[in-house]
Amino acid sequence: MLGRTLREVSTALKQGHITPTELCQKCLSLIKKTKFLNAYITVSEEVALKQAEESEKRYKKGHSLGDLDGIPVAVKDNFSTSSIETTCASNMLKGYVPPYNATVVQKLLDKGAVLMGKTNLDEFAMGSGSTDGVFGPVKNPWSYSKQYREKRKQKAHGENEDSNWLITGGSSGGSAAAVAAFTCFAALGSDTGGSTRNPAAHCGVVGFKPSYGLVSRHGLIPLVNSMDVPGILTRCVDDAAIVLGMLAGHDPKDSTTIQDPVKPFTLPTFADVNKLCIGIPKEYLAPELSSEVRSFWSKAANLFESEGAKVIEVSLPHTSYSIVCYHVLCTSEVASNMARFDGLEYGHRCDINVSTEAMYAATRREGFNDVVRGRILSGNFFLLKENYENYFIKAQKVRRLIANDFVNVFNSGVDVLLTPTTLSEAVPYLEFIKEDNRTRSAQDDIFTQAVNMAGENLTSAIPEPHAKEPEQLHVTSFSYLPMTNELAGIIETFVVTKRPYWT
Amino acid sequence: MWARAVKLGLRSWVGWRRGFTSKADPQRSGRVTAEVIEHLERLALVDFGSQEAVARLEKAIAFADRLRAVDTDGVEPMESVLEDRCLYLRSDNVVEGNCAEELLQNAHRVVEEYFVAPPGNISLPKQDEQEPFSHI
Repeated sequence: MLGRTLREVSTALKQGHITPTELCQKCLSLIKKTKFLNAYITVSEEVALKQAEESEKRYKKGHSLGDLDGIPVAVKDNFSTSSIETTCASNMLKGYVPPYNATVVQKLLDKGAVLMGKTNLDEFAMGSGSTDGVFGPVKNPWSYSKQYREKRKQKAHGENEDSNWLITGGSSGGSAAAVAAFTCFAALGSDTGGSTRNPAAHCGVVGFKPSYGLVSRHGLIPLVNSMDVPGILTRCVDDAAIVLGMLAGHDPKDSTTIQDPVKPFTLPTFADVNKLCIGIPKEYLAPELSSEVRSFWSKAANLFESEGAKVIEVSLPHTSYSIVCYHVLCTSEVASNMARFDGLEYGHRCDINVSTEAMYAATRREGFNDVVRGRILSGNFFLLKENYENYFIKAQKVRRLIANDFVNVFNSGVDVLLTPTTLSEAVPYLEFIKEDNRTRSAQDDIFTQAVNMAGENLTSAIPEPHAKEPEQLHVTSFSYLPMTNELAGIIETFVVTKRPYWT
Repeated sequence: MWARAVKLGLRSWVGWRRGFTSKADPQRSGRVTAEVIEHLERLALVDFGSQEAVARLEKAIAFADRLRAVDTDGVEPMESVLEDRCLYLRSDNVVEGNCAEELLQNAHRVVEEYFVAPPGNISLPKQDEQEPFSHI
């Protein structure tokens, strides 16, 4: 039952094959069994059981709230959840209990979802491995799959069983691991530079990043105001479409959400790709791309071509600068956003009472880890008067060039872009930590961050069924169109069988 | 007592800073001078803490320098992807609030309905001013 899709479980609940309480208890016991993955920071057992009980009452009366009623979900720990500790995996917010729910969390709860807990992440969502939070790194469930264990047996001898586990990718690694390990049916992540799609790719689940402005950011502890969006992680594209339908829409509490009416959509059951034009950006053929990912990419492109779609090469000329531009803009906005953590109104506070500045400085030194401090300092450097024009404004200009690249491609008749999500499969933790966070982020975000700057929406679709470790493709379409989900759904139908292949 | 509090809180900060000026790291390009470091620490109210952190900043700057190669003549900076739309403004009516007690619960130091802060308008001591206290 836990391995089913959201839609299947929802049907089972409606038909009475299983009750919300039974489902919740199964998930809770699986969470306990998979504790070694470290996917959850807080497991909200009592809250979940209470919500499940209420859901059960609704089903008995025949008043279910819809497809999400009674479905276990998890939420990344940088979304505010009323009365449940929200830490952002940082010492700064340990013990912080928000007095309100983030809009997206509230929407899920209003539809009857059952909140299993808050998932682990990189501290303040800064990182691409989910290894830098104060609660420890998240382990990829794939590290324990049959395929990976066999591959490791062939390689090393006398190695400690658990020493070479794979990273989940980041920063929403906990959410991805929670979904991949079947402990919930959907999870919320956040996506600033690939933080939902990267772990989705590494954990073999679907990661969806909506267009900027489609889903409310109210309650999401901000990293980069102009690029953050809440992300959705599920086990199949159809599920992501269901969740998106519940979450999208204008929020009066988030002034950056668009006011256009949003129509929920369902994926077409029959895929007709004859009229579709798929673009393959040539600049994404990076030399660092692993051969497995490259071959899967061409296999998918060929598959579409053989089914009648038009597959053409396109160009996004400023691709090589996008990661640099992202780096400057991200650190600059971070420097501003992290200024709110001073220990006065919430969060950690140290005991110095000499002056406000001394107290703030000491609090922030104790509360933030090296990564966060490094980004704040870099951001402040780029925002210095003498550097503002050369770095920050320059990066904003380059951002426009990058956004225009996408606009030009989509205006030239291309409907969707098909690219890899990451350069290679998930790497073992010991290898990942050989480079520092900033270097890793620059390497791993290379495909994913360009669209954050352009605001486009896109999905990481489920991957190659015979791969030893998950690899994934990225589908990008013009803002606010449901096309991305449809295409990702098509990839899924062609490429993957219904049963999760890693079992 | 004032001096002791400074010593306890800032000793590690002072320690690394003194170390910084007394050794020269041959690998660093020297792009980030001591003045810049002090300035950034004061602005950000966050300290570097180590030589490695300064080296990382220099690498980050070198990375960002790649942007110089892009021709941006005549290009307007882009602040937001939604720049062609107006931000939504709510009407000026009070619809929620009255939750002072709940909000005060998250703060460490509270007196009645006030957040308690240490005295303001006192700058962080400069590097050379800290020397005398570190011997206490």
